[in-house]
Amino acid sequence: MNSPVDESFNPSGSPTGLGHVVGDSVDVSHGPILYLDDITVSFDGFKALNRLTITVDVGELRCVIGPNGAGKTTMMDVITGKTRPDEGTAFFGQTIDLTRLTEPQIAHAGIGRKFQKPTVFENHSVFENLELAMKSDKRVFASLRARRRADEIDKIVDTMETIDLLPQADLAAGLLSHGQKQWLEIGMLLMQEPQLLLLDEPVAGMTDEETAKTAQLFKSLAGDHSIVVVEHDMDFISEIAATVTVLHEGSVLAEGPMDVVQSDERVIEVYLGR
Amino acid sequence: MQQAVLKENAVQATQGDAPDAIVSGPAGPDVSRVSATRYAPKVAPFLSPAGWTALAIFALITLVIVPGLFVFVPEDSPFHVSAYTVTLAGKIMCYCIVAVAMNLIWGYAGILSLGHGVFFALGGYAFGMYLMRQIGRDGQYQSNLPDFMVFLDWKEYPWQWALTDHFLWAMLLVVLVPGVLAFVFGFFAFRSRIKGVYFSIITQAMTFAFMLLFFRNETGFGGNNGFTDFKRILGFPITEPPMRATLFALSAAALIGAALLSRYLIRSKTGRILTAIRDSESRLMFSGYNPLGYKLFVWTLSAVICGIAGALYVPQVGIINPSEMSPANSIEIAVWVAVGGRGTIIGPILGASAVNGAKSFFTQSFPEYWLFFLGALFILVTLFMPKGIVGLAAQVRKMLRKGEASEQPG
Repeated sequence: MNSPVDESFNPSGSPTGLGHVVGDSVDVSHGPILYLDDITVSFDGFKALNRLTITVDVGELRCVIGPNGAGKTTMMDVITGKTRPDEGTAFFGQTIDLTRLTEPQIAHAGIGRKFQKPTVFENHSVFENLELAMKSDKRVFASLRARRRADEIDKIVDTMETIDLLPQADLAAGLLSHGQKQWLEIGMLLMQEPQLLLLDEPVAGMTDEETAKTAQLFKSLAGDHSIVVVEHDMDFISEIAATVTVLHEGSVLAEGPMDVVQSDERVIEVYLGR
Repeated sequence: MQQAVLKENAVQATQGDAPDAIVSGPAGPDVSRVSATRYAPKVAPFLSPAGWTALAIFALITLVIVPGLFVFVPEDSPFHVSAYTVTLAGKIMCYCIVAVAMNLIWGYAGILSLGHGVFFALGGYAFGMYLMRQIGRDGQYQSNLPDFMVFLDWKEYPWQWALTDHFLWAMLLVVLVPGVLAFVFGFFAFRSRIKGVYFSIITQAMTFAFMLLFFRNETGFGGNNGFTDFKRILGFPITEPPMRATLFALSAAALIGAALLSRYLIRSKTGRILTAIRDSESRLMFSGYNPLGYKLFVWTLSAVICGIAGALYVPQVGIINPSEMSPANSIEIAVWVAVGGRGTIIGPILGASAVNGAKSFFTQSFPEYWLFFLGALFILVTLFMPKGIVGLAAQVRKMLRKGEASEQPG
């Protein structure tokens, strides 16, 4: 527990969250990168998640769909430490118990999250947004001494090219269009170099062209990264997904390839409509 | 669509200018040149030329000219600066330091403290203990103890006065007492994720609680009378011009130091993280930052700066009592910053000077109207000048431009 490595996951010496962190990177020697087992979350008696069990494999691109209130966002809250489950276990790889870590610790462990509403630092430039997100020592005194290194600038410029925002590098993020903000937030996740990306409605508000480009980007990221996408856009899902999980009332209703799920009677009943 | 075309052009243009830009080899000496051809981040200068000039003029006036005219020019000369002016200006500069400290936590990190008066007063009390010790046997009762202790029939100094006859220990207390209080209070408040108006309210409660504590004679700090009747610092008489000029110049130096420190902080990565806390704390947390450390750092730093301002204030005005901790005082600090302009270096300084200048005018000429004026000022600034005095120029320019546009026939 008291290994020096442990320190790096406790950036400002917070006394909370004694995570089972034993290695510098997530241990995926047995396949899956994310296990959620029997997770239950209730708010005032309403079960947002009801014995939810999901496993995501390394390098997988998984889509999660379901009607409003099915528990998609709550599931992301549990994985990123925002909400603590009442019951059940959530593991990142073999060793990292997500229910015991704080949000920043989980981010350091290698999980990046994009919010449903694009959330960027509106008063900072595109460059500064990416710079803040970049994987680095994020403790107070390290940030006080931090100087921009040439290789870091290079990395940020690469990402700006990937997300097509290089000409807007000095523009305040608040002035970007909705779709550009979505891309900036995705770029910020990439700067974190996470192993697992959680993307809540990443193409909402994008034009068809932007959506197609985003699908391309996600497909190129899968393999090196594991990706969980929550989306309503069925065309986008069939474009990118290998496996689709359907949530309903806080549990998994169906899981499998897109065409199998789409023809499932219960899924049609609750979500797709007849 | 047009955007996309523009983007492509821009990328092609940069690549065309430097064909080797797309070659990304292993990190070597060439990397910075390569990246600079694609994009170089803008770096704002530490201060603009105008900023440096203003700073130099301010330093010249406050560190050389005013102390010189006050100490060396005879009183009947038209160039003499009166002790009243020096004391008033020194006092206002102490308020400016508080405003700079308040701006660090409110203007940049977005945390509104309505209890900063307590840190100011604690710094003042910490140095006040030393000033009381320096009175020696020159008090009313000619005792080794301060008059209020004799009056209460105490025979010796209580524990909290230990070592306060040492100047250096008193200096240390000036920094430590507000710093430790802020650290402990901030740790529990920020760890519990208390934010926004709830945080503001508990800071009000904190300063109110301290005021009640210091009103009690048993606390050992002179009860509601506080400390006064100071005689000397380091053996030098406190009301003589050289000491007054020294305190004035020290206040100016501390103000310059506080302003430059906050400028340094804001330009650093830490500064960008502080404004990120203000704008989107949850995004920052999911990006791997723990806001607790950053908030605690800037909160404690802000409190320490306030304590130093308090220590400079007390010998100049000659009194410290618990009314400095009244909730209204702390609210007034927030008004200074709002009036001047949050999130800028010069704004809080202008705001504190303007409001306190108006205050000393009103309390002399129409004392009964001061609070009405303050209230009206706060409402008007909030409604019509959201960026304060600093934003006024841009606001006026915008209005003029609008006026011109509407005059032209459509």
